[in-house]
Amino acid sequence: MKRYKVVIIGAGIVGISIARVLSMYENFDISIVEMEPDVGWGVSKANTSIIHPCHEEDPEKYPLRARLCREGNSIWMNWVKELDIPARWPGELMVFYSSEDEQEAKKYISFAIKNDVPGVRIIYRDELTSYEPNINPEAEGALYAPTAGTISPFEAVIAIAENAIENGVKIFVETRVINIRIRNHSVIGIDTNRGSIDANIVINAAGLYADYISHMAGVAHEFYIKPRRGEYIVFDEDVDVKPIKILHTTPTPITKGVYAITTVHGNLMIGPTAEDLSIDARESKATTEDGFSYLIREGGRLLKRIPPTLKIIRRFASLRPEPPYGNWLIDAYMEPWGFVNVAGIRSPGLTAAPAIAKYVLKLIAERYDINLVEKSSWIRYRKGIKSIRSIDIEKLDELIRRNSGYGKIVCYCKTVSEAEILEAIDRIIKIGAKPTVDGIKFRTTAGFGKCQGLFCRWRIALLLSKRLGIPLYSVTIKKSQYGLGDIKILLRNKMVSKT
Amino acid sequence: MIKRRADVAIIGAGPAGIAAAIKAKLLGLETVLIENRDILGGIPLQCIHPGFGIHYFKEDLTGCEFIQRLIDRMYSVGVDLILNAYVHSIEFNSYIEKRVNVITPNGVYKIDTKTIIYATGARERHLFELNIFGDRPDGVYTAGEAQTLMDLYGILPGENIVIIGSGDVGLIMARRFALEGANVKAVIEIMPYPGGLIRNIVQCLRDFNIPLYLSHTVTDIIGSKRVESVKVAKVDENLRPIKSTEFEIPCDTIVIAAGLIPNIELLEKIGVAMDPKTRGPIVNEFLETSIPGIFVAGNALVINDLVDYAAEQGEIAAEGAKIYIENSGIPTKSWIKMTLGRNIRFVVPHYISGERDVILYARVQKPENNVYLSIANLKIKMYSVRPAEMVRIKIPAKTITENHYVTVPVEVIPT
Repeated sequence: MKRYKVVIIGAGIVGISIARVLSMYENFDISIVEMEPDVGWGVSKANTSIIHPCHEEDPEKYPLRARLCREGNSIWMNWVKELDIPARWPGELMVFYSSEDEQEAKKYISFAIKNDVPGVRIIYRDELTSYEPNINPEAEGALYAPTAGTISPFEAVIAIAENAIENGVKIFVETRVINIRIRNHSVIGIDTNRGSIDANIVINAAGLYADYISHMAGVAHEFYIKPRRGEYIVFDEDVDVKPIKILHTTPTPITKGVYAITTVHGNLMIGPTAEDLSIDARESKATTEDGFSYLIREGGRLLKRIPPTLKIIRRFASLRPEPPYGNWLIDAYMEPWGFVNVAGIRSPGLTAAPAIAKYVLKLIAERYDINLVEKSSWIRYRKGIKSIRSIDIEKLDELIRRNSGYGKIVCYCKTVSEAEILEAIDRIIKIGAKPTVDGIKFRTTAGFGKCQGLFCRWRIALLLSKRLGIPLYSVTIKKSQYGLGDIKILLRNKMVSKT
Repeated sequence: MIKRRADVAIIGAGPAGIAAAIKAKLLGLETVLIENRDILGGIPLQCIHPGFGIHYFKEDLTGCEFIQRLIDRMYSVGVDLILNAYVHSIEFNSYIEKRVNVITPNGVYKIDTKTIIYATGARERHLFELNIFGDRPDGVYTAGEAQTLMDLYGILPGENIVIIGSGDVGLIMARRFALEGANVKAVIEIMPYPGGLIRNIVQCLRDFNIPLYLSHTVTDIIGSKRVESVKVAKVDENLRPIKSTEFEIPCDTIVIAAGLIPNIELLEKIGVAMDPKTRGPIVNEFLETSIPGIFVAGNALVINDLVDYAAEQGEIAAEGAKIYIENSGIPTKSWIKMTLGRNIRFVVPHYISGERDVILYARVQKPENNVYLSIANLKIKMYSVRPAEMVRIKIPAKTITENHYVTVPVEVIPT
């Protein structure tokens, strides 16, 4: 059996899912390169977090999207259990307010039938509040799709990364691809800012930058990604309007509709907006006042009442990679042999990611004539970090007696203990990512609460500084240092340089 | 599981909590003081500037000196302390008996107590609670966090700094930055008047030539990894930015000093009624909340601008706890409600009996000169009132009862 060196570009949900699926086989020796300091910090980090039922995908216009979305929905139901990913499956309501809206909503019943999505039906006003007590009473009805779920998308990437590492995958962060090496019509590796890696197969899952990577390999010159910005607002856990179901308005040609959702962490989230940006605005994640007012308005249409804006704890924006005509570009090329595009994975990319991974496996096995040999000892399961947040206090008392770190609370809003923070740091190191305050937040929820880290950020930074053996000021928050340096030394140097 | 019994469990060992503990102990109450950090003192520990204790100790002290004096007093009366302690929940066994569940590195404590004094201080407003949009790069700190870094850990957060909001902590930090060789480019305040005390405007900004932009707001934050600049514009009378006045200030650091919010999460969870104006609990003259036997003091009650008042409130709450325990509950009274009259933003306490001397804390909505503060037939002449400066007045017993009021407006009247 020939073993193939595979390099996956991008540790987002698509790249990491491909790594998991490929790691089931003896045939591959897998590395992932990621330009960010941690996994899942691109498109995967900031999105609506929904596992779509797939009744919104037009099977004639987008057959691949429709098929993989539907399959992905089913696979996630297993993956979240195998990998201990926070998830809920509340179902969703596409809410309509007029007969015109109703006609639009009904269109999706035929998609549901063709895509084999179970349980989709229309419900009217008389039933609406039984399904969703928080719905706007002015709603006429809704299209109900019971198989919709929501997961924690960043924890999903982290969970899959941890599992992939257990199965032999290597991750290289802060590694930016600058060249795809090709010889005799075949890829032979990549060059990065941190050196070269040999590869027989290069899989481009570079999210917002996938078109650049594709062009480096000399394929799909006409393929360009347009960044589409989506803004979100997040309310505190303690608001009294938290929908049970996933609510959203009917899609329009411009947007997929605005969602109001209670996240797996218990926050009311409203979003996204949809704004097409210029082709080079790949880092324009700014929030805007217009986007904010739009979301408050649309949220107000969905919900019986929008909580007071002073209950908003976070606003963020993300970019989605919009491919030409909305078509995903998934292909394994013969010229150059070994280059694989998994590019332009816009919505429903999160839902479809596991199915995309399986599709890519099949594609490369067929195209490159690989006889797949399953590993006998592939590790299917991964456990998350033990959280004390919802643990019974009698049990917590026992836990503290075994490890006093569970008795030191670092994040007051979310009740996160020192033991959890330290475990997160060790797990970040284990997957080969860079330990940062933000990375700890996404693994433990410390800093996700109403104070947004005012009380815990410096204490998490202290724990990082101690664990990594570096000065407090040089701890990384997201992408830069916490401080400039020692205040007295800086001042002394300044005075010396002045004299 | 570790069990304790107490007359009063005090949550939070800052100025209000420590002052409450000393008073409670002196009144003969079995007192437990619970603190979530590994050190007593709370926020004054990081306040190396003066301005503390002028009323309480009749001396101008630094925050550290002030709190050390209180801590020394506390040790001399002997208070039962639990450090590294996070209050997980409060349960009610009966009208009198409450249970406080506390997580510590030694295990879980269950403290059965008759009363609770909640003195957990405040938290700062953060970026997402302000109407400011743009990128979310590193380099954004709250004033308190910057103070923690500089004055507890000796770290300079950044070099070129823009401060959003002119609250006292922000002004103090402007001076600290200037003293440590950083460059404070601007303090931006959306209101037409400063948010902090006059003395801080003079001593922290003017003395260091730091520009204060009143009636201005930050319209955009720019930066990919670290803050690179902010856009600032003048605001109109509705506090909306005037686009044509927009200008950019290059900087690497933003410090948010946009005020404090009482830290009352646990009280909200157990259903204590809140005042939307103070964002703290509604209380009677004993600083007892809507739940009998639960008292509140310091910044958890109302945002004070002087530490002296926080300590004073701790003592009032301790006296309340004593009366509660002696009478198995605060005796029923014909409470008189203080209502908000002209130019008054809030008044604490919300209910008074008129039977005893009461200290009233109030804040005005807008600055005014030469006015009377009027409460029933009590009129107090004041040369100026300002939103940044809390008004504290003592209302003698019987001032109000004699007139059989049900509600009494507190108002500012021009002379």
